[in-house]
Amino acid sequence: MKSFTTHQGLVAPLEMMNVDTDQIIPKQFLKRIERTGYGDVLFYDWRYLDDGKTPSPEFEPNAARYQGASILLAKDNFGCGSSREHAPWALSDYGFRVLIAPSFADIFYNNCFNNGLLPVILDSATVQNLFKEVRATEGYTLTVDLENQKIIKQDGAVIPFDIQPFLKQRLLNGWDQIGLTLRHEEKITEYERTRALVYSRRA
Amino acid sequence: MAKTIYEKIWDAHMVYEPDGQDSIVYIDRHYVHEVTSPQAFEGLRLAGRSVRRPELTFATMDHNIPTTNRALPIADILSRAQVETLKRNCEEFGVECFDMHDPRNGIVHVVGPELGLTLPGMTIVCGDSHTSTHGAFGALAHGIGTSEVEHVLATQTLLQKRSKTMEVRINGVIPPGVTAKDIILAVIGRIGTSGGTGHVIEYTGEAVRRLSMEARMTICNMSIEAGARAGLISPDETTFEYLEGRPLLPKNKTRDELVEEWKQWASDPGCAYDMVVELNAEEIEPQVTWGTSPEMVTGVKGHVPVPDEIEDPDKKLACVKALEYMGLEPGIPMESIPVDVVFIGSCTNGRMEDLREAAKVFRGHKKADPVQVLVVPGSRVVKKQAEAEGLDKIFLEAGCEWREPGCSMCLAMNDDRLKPGERCAATSNRNFEGRQGKGGRTHLVSPAMAAAAAVSGHFVDVRDWVYKEA
Repeated sequence: MKSFTTHQGLVAPLEMMNVDTDQIIPKQFLKRIERTGYGDVLFYDWRYLDDGKTPSPEFEPNAARYQGASILLAKDNFGCGSSREHAPWALSDYGFRVLIAPSFADIFYNNCFNNGLLPVILDSATVQNLFKEVRATEGYTLTVDLENQKIIKQDGAVIPFDIQPFLKQRLLNGWDQIGLTLRHEEKITEYERTRALVYSRRA
Repeated sequence: MAKTIYEKIWDAHMVYEPDGQDSIVYIDRHYVHEVTSPQAFEGLRLAGRSVRRPELTFATMDHNIPTTNRALPIADILSRAQVETLKRNCEEFGVECFDMHDPRNGIVHVVGPELGLTLPGMTIVCGDSHTSTHGAFGALAHGIGTSEVEHVLATQTLLQKRSKTMEVRINGVIPPGVTAKDIILAVIGRIGTSGGTGHVIEYTGEAVRRLSMEARMTICNMSIEAGARAGLISPDETTFEYLEGRPLLPKNKTRDELVEEWKQWASDPGCAYDMVVELNAEEIEPQVTWGTSPEMVTGVKGHVPVPDEIEDPDKKLACVKALEYMGLEPGIPMESIPVDVVFIGSCTNGRMEDLREAAKVFRGHKKADPVQVLVVPGSRVVKKQAEAEGLDKIFLEAGCEWREPGCSMCLAMNDDRLKPGERCAATSNRNFEGRQGKGGRTHLVSPAMAAAAAVSGHFVDVRDWVYKEA
């Protein structure tokens, strides 16, 4: 997995609460058996007109000034609904590295960390203020420093953020989770030998 | 100290807590389906890893398969490739697969319980958010992403942080015409789609104790729509009775021994939760969603909301957008909303009891003329049983289509989907924009409410229904 240390990028706003993963990537694109190539269909139903090709002028991130954005500013409960990891795959494949919102849905939040994508939780008022600033300033960028847990604005102002230490380490190091767990394989074997529920082994 | 069922299962499955890391939690049962597993198996292959415990892993095909003629190959090339990939992966890695033609095939969350694979006290995962369904048995069950599917395949464990607990207590007795679906929709309406975030919900109270296992599954199923990864109900006599004689129960123990084991998982009297929500069953009426999130819900006697009356600016904006998408005028009565399509099925409401409830409403009636009605059993076992009870005849005589089992129009990955602008009364779990087909408009309801809407051509209060005898 790719690691994440510091990222500077253009910010795009998506002002809608409860954005679900069906919306992030609709079902017709879940039939593929690869992990890559989902960027073009990210937010498909909102992003394109009915022909599936022409960018919709009503979808704010489509505006010329947000092209090339790598930081997505979002609202409460982003990524709710289906557990499809295709959602972070699509966001990541499109070029997003950081998501900022007041809250994220649990499964989606977890999936981000398995894909080098950093979801940052900030309080609602701070997020609302960022929406204002992004819209007021063309070419609005932020620098996200994971090591020091801070977001740095262009004017040097700093917004600190919280993150669970283990999740932070995983992203900083780009650890292979399976490899990490298998370092404790003898513990798993021991558990299976002594404690695993008898009825979970089909006799 | 008194423990909740969540705490008991969590403690019993703790393999190891490495310093400064998430806990390594043992997984007793891993369900796999065709959509979220191909990349996980490919990951194993690339790393030269195997499936650690193939005998604890079971696969089924459900999301992508047609609900029409199964004798023909799947017409959609991509769907066919995905289904064939699952079969190949299962063969290569030694996992049992209930393929499209297996008599045990069906929706993963219907199949596991009916075969006796889902048991109290287990940890269960699947690359599917509705894995919360299995919590009805007192199993800690939740959806995971594909990277985690690969992790479980390779290690039979998952990295987890301990969740907070929420008790949702449903007091009193459920009135006639009100079902488990109405209860869970009312809960979501109360706490919102992110109300359970970071929590595992345990449903308690008199109303829950009186529910059948199938009704309990409906409730736990939609825990994820309240933001909770998992929903649980402590096992009791109803649970043990349901499990009696299921084909894939453990064979190395007697029933009495199993029941003794299962009983220990129930929450202890006096245990404490991080948060408690209480609802009174007597106050719950049949629910209908009006918007594009399951929390946008009201009673059937209610009205579509008026955005100008909403104070919170985010909720107001969401309401405006939802009404625009749904093509609804603010303030109109829910009962005045017409339907084009009715979908009865899914992992939420595709079991025997659901079909019986719908059939009871349809008996002696015809569907309204222009309405298309799909009845899709949750599994082949359900289909066979429904046919043995003659329910298929009731549906067919009412003008419904009686289909093969699968996820079908719940997420419209196969050919069962709404056309733009079509309005559907659905017994499934999500009314998201485009969920049932691009531009499709979904209203979530119970099976009885869906059937009543099919006959009437618009939503009606099923509590007033005139039932006809055979």
